[in-house]
Amino acid sequence: MRIQVNGEPRQVCEEINVTDLLRDLQLNVERVAVEVNLEILDRRDFDAKTLQEGDRIEILSFIGGGT
Amino acid sequence: MSDDRLTIAGREFRSRLWVGTGKYKDFVETKKAIETSGADVVTVAVRRVNITDRNSENLLDYLDPKQYTILPNTAGCYTVEDAVRYARLARAAGVSDLVKLEVIGDERTLFPDTAGLIEAARILIKEGFVVLPYTNDDPIVAQKLVDIGCPAVMPLAAPIGSGLGIRNPYNLKIILETVNVPVIVDAGVGTASDAALAMEYGADAVLMNTAIAGAREPIAMAEAMKYAVEAGRLAYKAGRIPRKLYATASSPIEGML
Repeated sequence: MRIQVNGEPRQVCEEINVTDLLRDLQLNVERVAVEVNLEILDRRDFDAKTLQEGDRIEILSFIGGGT
Repeated sequence: MSDDRLTIAGREFRSRLWVGTGKYKDFVETKKAIETSGADVVTVAVRRVNITDRNSENLLDYLDPKQYTILPNTAGCYTVEDAVRYARLARAAGVSDLVKLEVIGDERTLFPDTAGLIEAARILIKEGFVVLPYTNDDPIVAQKLVDIGCPAVMPLAAPIGSGLGIRNPYNLKIILETVNVPVIVDAGVGTASDAALAMEYGADAVLMNTAIAGAREPIAMAEAMKYAVEAGRLAYKAGRIPRKLYATASSPIEGML
């Protein structure tokens, strides 16, 4: 199925959850925030959150910044 | 100075110099500058991860969150909605409820939209955030932010990245006199004397990024800023002499021929 990750279309398996997606992207679960269709997820819900066709996912983390 | 700790919302900080992590050449330089500055609070921004370059490094690989207090900002947010969204994302990405709240009002000056700032702060405080607001050098706004529950205020010295130093020392002094929470002078510092001056006025801490990262030698400037903040703090606590128009001899007249 097709989803959108950080604005880019992406083909993923059916039944994929957020933890699976982060693993595919080689991202550290502890260092990111995930928003699915504008809803921010609690890290504890990454396993339970199964993605659907057309979902819009945003993955963010801390970068260098001042004011 | 070891017993001279800064306490905000029950959290204790060793250093009164807080630093940003932007604009450095690379993470190695970021780490070195921050270590040299002695800062224990570092600000970070929240942005999309690079999912195409999987080898891209993470800032937190260089700055251990166990060693530093990571203070996420909402830089780049021009609306209450965006600032609240980024604050929530920062909390989800991190480990604490701390946020350096910015609601920017204008692209050229990056001055805060103080009406939006108060509104966003109110929402986030209700959600349990510890809101440290980047605000203007306006004593009335600073007091309003305290009244709604901000445990510190962060008035600017001058526009972000401008290096102009403290543009309105009198307003800053009024803020320092009127609010009963720590005041962290944030943005606009150009060189060490600016930081020392802020501390001499009685600021509780100074936050800067560009003044260090943009210096010709960032590591050396980080060291200069460390001493400036310490010197300014010591001078404030020691109590400066009053200014007088005429001289007062410091050598006695008695015993002269």
